[in-house]
Amino acid sequence: MAQLTRRAAALNKSLPAAILAARGLATASTSPITVETSLPFTAHKIDPPSRSVETSSQELLTFFRDMALMRRMEIAADSLYKAKLIRGFCHLYDGQEAVCVGMEAAINRKDCIITAYRDHCIFLGRGGTLLEAFAELMGRKDGCSKGKGGSMHFYKKEGGFYGGHGIVGAQVPLGCGLAFAQKYSKDESVTFAMYGDGAANQGQLFEALNMAALWDLPAILVCENNHYGMGTAEWRAAKSPAYYKRGDYVPGLKVDGMDALAVKQACKFAKEHALKNGPIILEMDTYRYHGHSMSDPGSTYRTRDEISGVRQERDPIERIRKLVLAHDIATEKELKDTEKEVRKEVDEAIAQAKESPMPDPSELFTNVYVKGLGTESFGADRKEVRTVLP
Amino acid sequence: MAAALLHGVGSTTPLSSVNYNNSRRSLPGYVVHERKRASFLIQCYGSLLPGSKIGINRAAKLSTNAVTTKQDNVTASTTSKPGHELLLFEALREGLEEEMERDPRVCVMGEDVGHYGGSYKVTKGLADKYGDLRVLDTPIAENSFTGMGIGAAMTGLRPIVEGMNMGFLLLAFNQISNNCGMLHYTSGGQFEIPIVIRGPGGVGRQLGAEHSQRLESYFQSIPGIQMVACSTPYNAKGLMKAAIRSDNPVILFEHVLLYNLKERVPDEEYVLNLEEAEMVRMGEHVTILTYSRMRYHVMQAAKTLVNKGYDPEVIDIRSLKPFDLHTIGNSVKKTHRVVIVEECMRTGGIGASLTASINEHFHDYLDAPIVCLSSQDVPTPYAGTLEDWTVVQPAQIVATVEQLCQ
Repeated sequence: MAQLTRRAAALNKSLPAAILAARGLATASTSPITVETSLPFTAHKIDPPSRSVETSSQELLTFFRDMALMRRMEIAADSLYKAKLIRGFCHLYDGQEAVCVGMEAAINRKDCIITAYRDHCIFLGRGGTLLEAFAELMGRKDGCSKGKGGSMHFYKKEGGFYGGHGIVGAQVPLGCGLAFAQKYSKDESVTFAMYGDGAANQGQLFEALNMAALWDLPAILVCENNHYGMGTAEWRAAKSPAYYKRGDYVPGLKVDGMDALAVKQACKFAKEHALKNGPIILEMDTYRYHGHSMSDPGSTYRTRDEISGVRQERDPIERIRKLVLAHDIATEKELKDTEKEVRKEVDEAIAQAKESPMPDPSELFTNVYVKGLGTESFGADRKEVRTVLP
Repeated sequence: MAAALLHGVGSTTPLSSVNYNNSRRSLPGYVVHERKRASFLIQCYGSLLPGSKIGINRAAKLSTNAVTTKQDNVTASTTSKPGHELLLFEALREGLEEEMERDPRVCVMGEDVGHYGGSYKVTKGLADKYGDLRVLDTPIAENSFTGMGIGAAMTGLRPIVEGMNMGFLLLAFNQISNNCGMLHYTSGGQFEIPIVIRGPGGVGRQLGAEHSQRLESYFQSIPGIQMVACSTPYNAKGLMKAAIRSDNPVILFEHVLLYNLKERVPDEEYVLNLEEAEMVRMGEHVTILTYSRMRYHVMQAAKTLVNKGYDPEVIDIRSLKPFDLHTIGNSVKKTHRVVIVEECMRTGGIGASLTASINEHFHDYLDAPIVCLSSQDVPTPYAGTLEDWTVVQPAQIVATVEQLCQ
């Protein structure tokens, strides 16, 4: 429940109160609704959680709004890239929003998330603002990394979001390090180390998994399986595409990643498991509509029919929309209004980000070292302090 | 972009006496030099960290008499205690233990650091004292346990990652270069990585090519890290403590053959400056820059040179990244001749960078081209005689200085 109020609080921050009241969201209740997930969970060396997920109308509306916002942000980023305002690499997350939103619903801000380069939406989920995201994408000063990171290096320390990493697979040992620190400080939180089906073949993943299992670190490895490692389909890259089983002695769970409620259930289950028993692997079966990045059309290695098929049958936002309509939580028009609002919000953020200045040239050299060089040093007599080189 | 750097010039602590367990290389003690300088020097360097915030504000923190005095010098001060003798690995351990005692966030991870006590005994006894989680025995997975250390550092822990041999850290190069060095920058300053990566490197006693790597040069271009090389028990302990306290990632290079050096270190706590070079022997004719094990070859050559009437100034640069161009520059301005003696590879090594750096900044002060003696660009051979010829020997140093000072 605490998570829901937090989500609601986050939501309230972005919507003015007047609109809230007018749209009847204030009457959206937190009374539980039970929904069945679309598919049962497949488990490896563990008993899967139940298919019935408890949710509420407020949560469903939050899911809808958040996913619509993320979808809109990614599509706007697509246009900005084509307008050459975003350069370099831009990896879009549309289609996979349910993973991010479901995960956020199950955890709190003390838990850590670390992921690879497809990080824009996860950054939003962890409390990042649209302005910070767009400004960073366009390399402006107001970006979350002051314009020095770019698309692949979004970070939010207060939100427990540790990035944003360009090298495939390198974030998983970092994630185990975060889990190690959580165990060291005994603060009852977990780390979600996310990676893709392409990264699942990296050796460092298994090294990290071995260590996490050896020391019972509260690490949850989440494989976002969108079935393509850049241009290579998973059956061409992996002998065993059952990524949730690859932990061998580490239990695993395969989840329908397009169903936000299933993701929420799985993450909650995984968090309980990790705090007691150590690592667990979650495989999220999801899909990305765009290509690997903006330079990839995404249609040379898969058919347009496949993409549109998934969009028709498994789209995460549509699923929530159907649930909302089926439970009479909001009308069709209200949902459309939400989408329009979200679109407006994104447009405003882009306009604001465009006005943000480029970083100062002196920023080239800041943050290379922390506070410049130099630790305070002193001799054995401690009477006189050695000076510190600035 | 010129930056103003405020320095108070202080003395660096020279060696007073060093005993080797290896009798082949026994050196006599030499005179302790103690310098006090009450002057400030303001210099502009292009190569060191410029930043618009560095300025006169710093003057408030500087003291007028920055000095470290070594304990067992000729005029022993009455307030100091006699000090205690330590081997270099014990000095490292003492520094490590003091820091672990002081800050509960300091932890060690590496292969065989816990129950085994460390392959060079640097962490002996620490696991019994602090527990298995704080002195963590890792599996043989350098890439991921270095990554783990970096991830832990992102949250605020201060891990010390031990590479059993620096050569093995090549497996972790991605983590060191991309994550350790860059995260502070790419996150816009949100995350600090106060990690220390340490381990022995260098040419040992017929250990074979893969275990005798000289890798300082591989890491030197990584932005965001600092590199230091220790050479005596005194500076090993001080640098270890400074590295742990530093909020930047620091790579501490030790040398396989120096672990059994014995020296008297002060009883009181001391922390050395990471970016400062050490004046080993003052002189007038030629500046010899060196670090790590080659310091001892240089001192041996210096003995011969003194007998022949030369007066070399020997500086142990200690800080490999960034270079202490202040101390080095003062020396070059005095002697006008530079010899660099290092164990690093010839191509793209620390010496090559240092040569370029000195040429860039102090070209007008040089009377002769800089001579850089480095180890040969070969994998270290197994045969003893060939191995000796891979690294610089004292005789070569003597010959070079003689030729340079003609």
